[in-house]
Amino acid sequence: MSGARRFTLALAVLVLYALHQDVWLWRAARPLLLGFLPVGLVYHAAYCVAASLLMAALVRFAWPHGLEAEVDRDAPR
Amino acid sequence: MTPVLIVFAYLALVVYIGVFAFRHRPGGEGAEDYFLAGRSIGPFVFLMSLFGANMTAFAILGSSGHAFHNGVVTFGMMASSSALVIPLTLFLIGTRLWALGKKHGFITPVQLFRDRWECGHIGTAIFAVQAALLVPYIVIGVMGGGTTLQAISGGRVPYWLGGAVVALVVMSYVFFGGMRGTAWVNAFQTTLFLAFGAAAVAVIAAGMGGFRSAAESLLASPATAPLFTRERVSPLYFFSYSFIPLSSIAFPHIAIFCLTARRMAQFKKTVVLYPLCILALWLPCVFLGVMANRAADMPELRAKQEARRTLAAQGAALDEAAREDLRQQMRADDVLVLLLNRYAPLWLAGLLGAGIVAAVMASDSQILALSTMFTEDVFAHYGGKARFGEAVQVQMGRLFVVLLTVLAYVVALRAPASIFELAVQYAFSGFAALSPLLVAALFWRRSTKWGALAVAAWTAAAVVAVAAFQYAVPAPLAGRPTVIWSAGGWDVLARTPGGTSLLGFSPVVPMVAGSAILMVLASLATRPPGEGTLRRYFAHR
Repeated sequence: MSGARRFTLALAVLVLYALHQDVWLWRAARPLLLGFLPVGLVYHAAYCVAASLLMAALVRFAWPHGLEAEVDRDAPR
Repeated sequence: MTPVLIVFAYLALVVYIGVFAFRHRPGGEGAEDYFLAGRSIGPFVFLMSLFGANMTAFAILGSSGHAFHNGVVTFGMMASSSALVIPLTLFLIGTRLWALGKKHGFITPVQLFRDRWECGHIGTAIFAVQAALLVPYIVIGVMGGGTTLQAISGGRVPYWLGGAVVALVVMSYVFFGGMRGTAWVNAFQTTLFLAFGAAAVAVIAAGMGGFRSAAESLLASPATAPLFTRERVSPLYFFSYSFIPLSSIAFPHIAIFCLTARRMAQFKKTVVLYPLCILALWLPCVFLGVMANRAADMPELRAKQEARRTLAAQGAALDEAAREDLRQQMRADDVLVLLLNRYAPLWLAGLLGAGIVAAVMASDSQILALSTMFTEDVFAHYGGKARFGEAVQVQMGRLFVVLLTVLAYVVALRAPASIFELAVQYAFSGFAALSPLLVAALFWRRSTKWGALAVAAWTAAAVVAVAAFQYAVPAPLAGRPTVIWSAGGWDVLARTPGGTSLLGFSPVVPMVAGSAILMVLASLATRPPGEGTLRRYFAHR
């Protein structure tokens, strides 16, 4: 994995971690999605989806192939 | 009585799956087969079982109970932070644990620590701390079983009997089925309780006449409107909770489960789907917990709200015994079951109740993990395996399962705290503070056994200190915390209604920071492991 890609992914993790602290929605209940889901709850539900997408990117671009190959080579059969 | 019969039928099915369906093992029963399912778990069972092992009674009963009193903040505090941190730790640490386990034959984390840091007794000290922290977590399962069966049966099955039934069922399939039986039961149960969430929302929404009017009513009342925001929790305290999911990979049952995958590629789907599983389970539980405040036609829920109001309005004038009595009346771990009993048809309430019991029984993994640790880290390490053989080692593990379950049951009968408090304050914070052990072992060449010992000692001391502090200083009423020590205008140490606050943070933050600092300082002050050992762990760098 290139240094730039590694940096980008690490930055994405840090940014998503920081976005968990959504102080701008702290006292907001409205708007209500579908008429009953408060905006703060919707934000954190969407956060879970974003976390899943980030994990997909990590798996796609930062998977430790070397580790897997090393085990396949060395593991006791 | 129909829901109870359905739940009991479900329990019988679980025992069948765990005990009989996966008991046949070609090639005999060795320690690796019993404790790790022969490192042969496939992708679907791996995801479902790993998720189920993380989501216990706390996830369903504790989350909806917490949301009933605290509102939607519960989701952000415990669910969405876990959606990022837990899969990330599985990706970074879990995969490496799997690789080292496969390469060197490790079955427990302590075996890795002993080999990586060239130590013996320090590994035993880490085992002792892990074991002491794991027991409360196991107790949660038994407590959840008692609470759930009591609520589903409308009180016909008493708490002590419900807890005993769940403990007996779990003990049976862990005893006979080992990791293979436990993993399959967990996968089955996780599938069930993921389906439970959507069904529960639909049924309760229909029963309440839709959520729109209920939401508007809650927002219209000054007493309940804050449940839709996070204004009752400080941003620092909220931030603290993002440290709690670090505990997941440090929990021995999760670390050990990482070793059961047939191939490393099985982590791929698990880390991608894990956040979505959290969303599917927690969102309904938290939202329904909040909505329960609107179920005004249910006397049980009205009594909880009334106790909450009385405590807030008159608590200062009451003595501690009266306040504790009100807190007991406020206990809300059963709100979800009460909603189902009220709004779902009997047969569906039974099925959904079984889904809740499924989540409650996730303590099976912890019981098996503790048994695995005892037999591998103590019995085998101190010569028991060499002297008596592997078959006796497995029987020793089974005996330990029985003793541990009985102990957990006895404690559950006497434990005073609610499921949520018990879990978060002791087990979760303690294991989060142990997470630097794994990070240092896997990523830092210079780490030493003395650093590891410092982390274990600090974690034990910090957990005891927090518990002693909270025992000595009674919880204040909602609102202003009891400040014990302030300096320079800062509240350094305070007792809050929900626990302890250090500089505004929950104790988990200083506990994790302290562990990391001690690991660095103690390691730098002592001699690292030999070059031969380091080459085995860091050859590719």
